[in-house]
Amino acid sequence: MSDVILDGKVPSGPIEGRWDQHKFDMKLVAPHNRRRFKVIVIGTGLAGGAAAATLGELGYDVHCFTFHDSPRRAHSIAAQGGINAAKNYKGDGDSIFRLFYDTVKGGDFRAREGNVYRLAQLSVDIIDQCVAQGVPFAREYGGLLDNRSFGGAQVSRTFYARGQTGQQLLLGAYQALAQQIGNGTVTMYPRSEMLELVVKDGRACGIVARHLHTGEVKSYSAHAVVLATGGYGNVFYLSTNAKASNATAIWRAHRKGALFANPCFTQIHPTCIPASDDFQSKLTLMSESLRNDGRVWVPMNSDDTRSADQIPEAERDYFLERRYPAFGNLVPRDVASRAIKVEVDKGRGVGPLKNGAYLDFSESMARLGEDTIRERYDNLFQMYERITGEDPYRLPMRIYPAVHYVMGGLWVDYELQSTIPGCFVAGEANFSDHGANRLGASALMQGLSDGYFVLPYTVPNYLSGMLGEAAVPADDPVFTAAEAEVRERTNRFMATKGTRSVDHFHRELGKIMWDNCGMERSQQSLEKALSEIPALREEFEKDLRILGTEDSLNQSLEKAGRVADFFELAALMCRDALHREESCGGHFRVEHQTNEGEALRDDDNFAYAAAWEYAPPGSEPVLHKEPLSFEYVHLAQRSYK
Amino acid sequence: MSRTLHLTLNVWRQSQDDAQGRLVTYDVPDISEDMSFLEMLDIVNDRLLAEGEEPIAFEHDCREGICGSCGMMINGQAHGSQRGTATCQLHMRKFQDGDVITVEPWRAAAFPVVKDLVVNRSALDRIVEAGGYITVTAGAAPEANLTPIPKPVADAAFDAAACIGCGACVAACPNSAAQLFTSAKVMHLNLLPQGQAERYARVEAMVDTMEEFFGSCTNHGECQEACPKEISIDYIALMNRDYIKAKFKNRKLLSQS
Repeated sequence: MSDVILDGKVPSGPIEGRWDQHKFDMKLVAPHNRRRFKVIVIGTGLAGGAAAATLGELGYDVHCFTFHDSPRRAHSIAAQGGINAAKNYKGDGDSIFRLFYDTVKGGDFRAREGNVYRLAQLSVDIIDQCVAQGVPFAREYGGLLDNRSFGGAQVSRTFYARGQTGQQLLLGAYQALAQQIGNGTVTMYPRSEMLELVVKDGRACGIVARHLHTGEVKSYSAHAVVLATGGYGNVFYLSTNAKASNATAIWRAHRKGALFANPCFTQIHPTCIPASDDFQSKLTLMSESLRNDGRVWVPMNSDDTRSADQIPEAERDYFLERRYPAFGNLVPRDVASRAIKVEVDKGRGVGPLKNGAYLDFSESMARLGEDTIRERYDNLFQMYERITGEDPYRLPMRIYPAVHYVMGGLWVDYELQSTIPGCFVAGEANFSDHGANRLGASALMQGLSDGYFVLPYTVPNYLSGMLGEAAVPADDPVFTAAEAEVRERTNRFMATKGTRSVDHFHRELGKIMWDNCGMERSQQSLEKALSEIPALREEFEKDLRILGTEDSLNQSLEKAGRVADFFELAALMCRDALHREESCGGHFRVEHQTNEGEALRDDDNFAYAAAWEYAPPGSEPVLHKEPLSFEYVHLAQRSYK
Repeated sequence: MSRTLHLTLNVWRQSQDDAQGRLVTYDVPDISEDMSFLEMLDIVNDRLLAEGEEPIAFEHDCREGICGSCGMMINGQAHGSQRGTATCQLHMRKFQDGDVITVEPWRAAAFPVVKDLVVNRSALDRIVEAGGYITVTAGAAPEANLTPIPKPVADAAFDAAACIGCGACVAACPNSAAQLFTSAKVMHLNLLPQGQAERYARVEAMVDTMEEFFGSCTNHGECQEACPKEISIDYIALMNRDYIKAKFKNRKLLSQS
């Protein structure tokens, strides 16, 4: 394993002024030249939608792709709880520096300080932008914006729109994008899935996409490509991600040379509805905001079979409040998830399968009244009731951790450019801002910050060097070759004619990953996974069955391509987890923990982002390291006690 | 212990947009009541594949009732009979052992069938593109707390903004009208102070675009019953008021220019 050193190109100087100075240092493209530049944006979630709309608004010739039927459906829409911003509207001691500090600490010191500071700075502009667009954030009776608290913070800085914050923010971005589509500055390609990134002379020059209704495989060329295609949590099969969320776009770019950073950093969200049986197709999140008013507990006695309301106070263990008195139920996600797992593993789990903990609102309802709780969370309570058939106004919710988000993604520099010039990566698809653990209500913040306020400066800086250059024509041999690769893969899946469905293999892969590279990892479990994944993959290649044709809507065929990429990604995740001989944030190696069972970092040896260079199956990927230095937030053991 | 259901499914199968479709009957034993409706279809699809029959195509993504991808007519009702519930959130405990369930795609001229239960709803995007936004350049926005918005106004705008764009309102309407969708999009913005500058241009452009694709509203109210977000038809009345005013105001402005 070589140690190639990577440079994140973070500007120097006092951290408060870096972004402003850098914005001045970057080159501009004059308004009359902008329409000469073609920019492809893949994905229409918060990051992609906002980037496409803003670049269109600036006058670039934007071509935007989504595999959905409409740019309003990306998984950003499912975010419930809120978006952080350092507005300090509550006067409770918040500031840009505190949001920066909380995010670096919450990420367990594995994020780049310069990026996180910029994110905290831009957070205030995001709220202004969204309110002006008509996003209906929650308000107080005086008409001003309301805030609530989220995990990992002791201030109230989270803006929210009932339990539908992601939906409302995405509709804001979608509407801005729709305006540009209507104006003709953005050409929208719905139902089009990117299946190759095309690179010529070391620079990204376009993509190959398949139209999902007709099966048509076609090349699209551009001066720059932005990937905003979300996270890869679905590698675990069961996750809170939408069913179609996948890694294909970023994995295709990785295969073409973009380094993949920290793939093993997975966020397990503590409050999801526990699985009820084998047919389960996905897990449903219950917003972190519920931990503002809900208390997490299990019965003291693991044999207790009484219903929750019959168990007296003295026989309940409010273990988060007991273990972490300062933050209580609002400890960060990684800490809460592990604590719940510890209790369930002790046999103190609740519910028919003893696979959950209670999240109890009875004390809040007694104190604030049921109406207040209804006002704050009713849509979440209703969703819980529909799924479980139990009424959380009468009985506590049952919750258990589930895969929710990935901090890892394609490596990008300060300008969000990957190691392939001209290929930019935004939102969950990149690795940039959350280190080893993301704080609640920060994903929406990052997606919008990248899309509205970072890429619209950094993409033009790249384009300015190409003035007068035409885009590579879409019939160039590099495109023809990429199209041929896509067709070859498609034909291979169609020709396999085995006996098992794609879902069968996906589910099996998910089990391997959850059991061995999930909430806890060990050398033994990871080596086990690394031996099981290739065997399953081989079976997939021999025994896959896809019916129908490749030239019409074929949902099994779409899934097959995504699952094939998950196989390779899963192996890289295990390799990354195996090499990182420390515990940090969402990465918990059982060999590395404190006496109290908390994550034990090794800053001397692992204070770096691990960025992997692609190697075909069977060979070893090459590790590149970006050393992380902490000038403003001092490295310390995280404590939420 | 949870119940197990034995069902009979009549499902619309259509290979592509211009092909003749038909209802096909499937015998579906061993369905747990804890499954969602879509998980039941997943099971049916697994069984079909094993028997060499192509799985039923249906649209879905978040399976949390918020992305608006899913939607089908279940026994003639858009999203089935449970009020305020999208198809993905409908669970099998709402059905009885022995039930016969007919599953069809949305039926509307503006929503052509793509395959089986999948339809093309892009006409809804055309309505939004015509004016369903507030023009604000990224970075040009004023401080967010500059304009207080009374909570009841913010709440009314929110109730409209909750629309998930699934198209159930159109599918439920005997005229295939899109008034509920359009009014939700229009009134979300027209109720807010930020939306006032473009208020009348917005409503006129969106309603006129809607009429290019969809049928006319004759106040049946089926849309409100079918809406998984329970959006009220009061918004249609508010939209109509704004539209009439717009036809007057927009003309007056033209004559002044």
